[in-house]
Amino acid sequence: MKLRSTSAAAAAAVVLALTATACGGGSDSGSNGDKITVGIKFDQPGLGLKTPDGTYAGFDVDVARYVAKELGYAEDKINFKQAPSAERENLIKNGDVKFVVASYSINEKRKKEVDFAGPYFLAHQDLLVRADDSSITKVEDLNTKKLCSVTGSTSAQNVKDKLAPKADLQQLGGYSECLTGLENKAVDALTTDDSILAGYASQKEHAGKFKLAGLRMSDEKYGIGVKKGDDELRGKINKALEKMVSDGTWEKLVKQHFGPSGYKYEAAPKVEN
Amino acid sequence: MFDFLDSGQYDLLGAFWVTAQLALYSAIGSLIWGTALVSMRVSPVPLMRAFGTAYVNIVRNTPLTVVLVACLLGLNQTLLITLGGERSEGIGFRLAVLGLVAYTGTFVCEALRSGINTVPAGQAEAARALGLSFTQVLTLVVLPQAFRAAVTPLANVLIALTKNTTVAAAIGAADAAFLMKEMIENEADALFAVFAVFAFGFIVLTLPTGLILGWAAKRLAVKR
Amino acid sequence: MSSVLYDTPGPRAKRRNVLYTIVFLAALGLVGWWVLAALADKNQLAADKWSPFVTDSEVWTTYLLPGLTETLKAAGLSILIALPLGAALGIGRLSDHRWVRVPVGALVEFFRAIPVLLLMMFANQAYREFTTVSSDFRPLYAVVTGLVLYNASVIAEVVRAGVLSLPRGQGDAAVALGMRKGQTMLYVLLPQAVTVMLPALVSQLVVIVKDTALGGALLGFAELLSQNRQITANYGANTIATLTVIALIYIVINFALTSFAGRLEQRLRQGRKSAAVTLPAQAGAPDEKSKAVSDA
Repeated sequence: MKLRSTSAAAAAAVVLALTATACGGGSDSGSNGDKITVGIKFDQPGLGLKTPDGTYAGFDVDVARYVAKELGYAEDKINFKQAPSAERENLIKNGDVKFVVASYSINEKRKKEVDFAGPYFLAHQDLLVRADDSSITKVEDLNTKKLCSVTGSTSAQNVKDKLAPKADLQQLGGYSECLTGLENKAVDALTTDDSILAGYASQKEHAGKFKLAGLRMSDEKYGIGVKKGDDELRGKINKALEKMVSDGTWEKLVKQHFGPSGYKYEAAPKVEN
Repeated sequence: MFDFLDSGQYDLLGAFWVTAQLALYSAIGSLIWGTALVSMRVSPVPLMRAFGTAYVNIVRNTPLTVVLVACLLGLNQTLLITLGGERSEGIGFRLAVLGLVAYTGTFVCEALRSGINTVPAGQAEAARALGLSFTQVLTLVVLPQAFRAAVTPLANVLIALTKNTTVAAAIGAADAAFLMKEMIENEADALFAVFAVFAFGFIVLTLPTGLILGWAAKRLAVKR
Repeated sequence: MSSVLYDTPGPRAKRRNVLYTIVFLAALGLVGWWVLAALADKNQLAADKWSPFVTDSEVWTTYLLPGLTETLKAAGLSILIALPLGAALGIGRLSDHRWVRVPVGALVEFFRAIPVLLLMMFANQAYREFTTVSSDFRPLYAVVTGLVLYNASVIAEVVRAGVLSLPRGQGDAAVALGMRKGQTMLYVLLPQAVTVMLPALVSQLVVIVKDTALGGALLGFAELLSQNRQITANYGANTIATLTVIALIYIVINFALTSFAGRLEQRLRQGRKSAAVTLPAQAGAPDEKSKAVSDA
């Protein structure tokens, strides 16, 4: 009899499964009603970070909040959504988010799929090295060094194709992994946009450990991604960005988020229409 | 539909060659490590038995992805172990083999342990009656029979290992899974063709293994 | 069995065993000491890298527990969908009709031969292109799809082996009673087979839980392992500490499942009176029937 009851339990589990899956699924997306969904990074200190108390912090996040406010959404009406690099175009195209503020550099390939408002920030590809390491002063020095970057990133591609084809480039899943290697001297430098690097360098846990090499190996204009052809929204966001620079908010935010690392950021770029 | 194959942009054979190499080296390594583990688990020394049991239970219950990432982050990025590799690609490959051996060894160990259980007690008793030591009983009498009884489960372990090599893509080994990820992103419109090519590749790798070892299992089985 | 392999240690063998123990302990201790020293040297054991997991409950409530929920959700959904599907495929493979048996067999063999990671990547891309599934759920769907396709075919083999392991007399008796084929399967063979294969099914759950981690590394599924990126971004790149904690969570869950399967197997073995054997919980058991039980 005991056996019979086990099989009965298994059968019950199967039935439960079917009902559970029937109820699963279904989702709402985009900016329905009075809420707005914005795509940001969740794992980049200084730009877009999900903090332990469940809130979001960073320069991109504050830009997103400012723009949303100008569009008429109060802070509690903003719904932040993770926008990993590979997913940004899809999120915009599917209408899952209204716009994306996620260290999103404007380039021709992306412009074919989405439109950009801005730019609102000018970053450069740079290197993060250990604070006591002064052996890298120019791009050519990289050819004998161990470099680390994130798998599939444009920075990694840049190094391989143009900057230092002979460098030993290690591609890992995330920046934290690279930082572990950098801290322990398994790699000599971490390369990506200086804004991202500055965010890591100014974290209190890393105080005094790392510094930016200041090489400015490329120009990355950060834009706000919107749906292709949505010129009305793009125009509104551009206006908001212009206002943000003129009323001093931009300067204040940049100081707040990048200040501690001693990062010499560029002046606010002019919004292109 | 399959024109991406001729473009010369993707090194399909190279990627599968990496996969095959990963599988081959890991298979040899995990066979050795698994035998060592099973020897510990049946040895007269209590501490070795405890170590073998603990190791198998811990590693077998950890996702392979975690094992591989731990190899990369812990051994390479922190303890600076390079296993003799110089450039990061070589190091990644060697670390992947190490991780696969550490993980697959536990399954080899369990397969062999069940193989040992099929050896009749009389065999070991007779060997002991002849005055053989534990090492001799194990290596001359029990393990040879256990291996023959364990061909089928070992074949399953080997097939699982071949498929598991794809996880090495998570730590950047340039194997078939890594290439497939790149290809489905670039050749989005040929999704089914890309998948078919890789599916075919893995069937080519795993099917003969299963067939040959299935045949071997029948031939080698100890007649009782 | 192990005690059969060696004689009860006499005075000399005892001394030798003590010596081996000391040597082995020294070797283990040396490796352990070297690792710990190296970690300490790299400041990886520093308190501030580890303390968040003890002192800051928000690490758990914001990252680890939601991640664990996703992992368990994907694993649970997968087993619950794969179970009926696998049972259907397994029965299909046992069908008397060639036109059912052969295609089902081909399907099962096909999905068993392909790495589950490739299935997940394919599903992810297919959902992205051909459906409007929101990107919130797409990775979950892709992971579940991959796991279901693979595990249903594994379960199909388990079911087939379970049914085949029953004594012939069971089926014959049902036929003698005038039961139709469907009735025989549903009322006589399957209920017995389910108990036979329960341990194997629970162990398959361990495989599923472990495989959900693949979705995090390559598809951006927000499961337990993928939380390490957000945690390490907040607590100063404490990758080693985070990975250790995450690995421990997996080990605890899977160890509980494995021991449950083991106990289940033992209880079923003791409680059984019929001649059928229980399919072993552990991968790679010796008898032919365990061929179905996948490992890893």
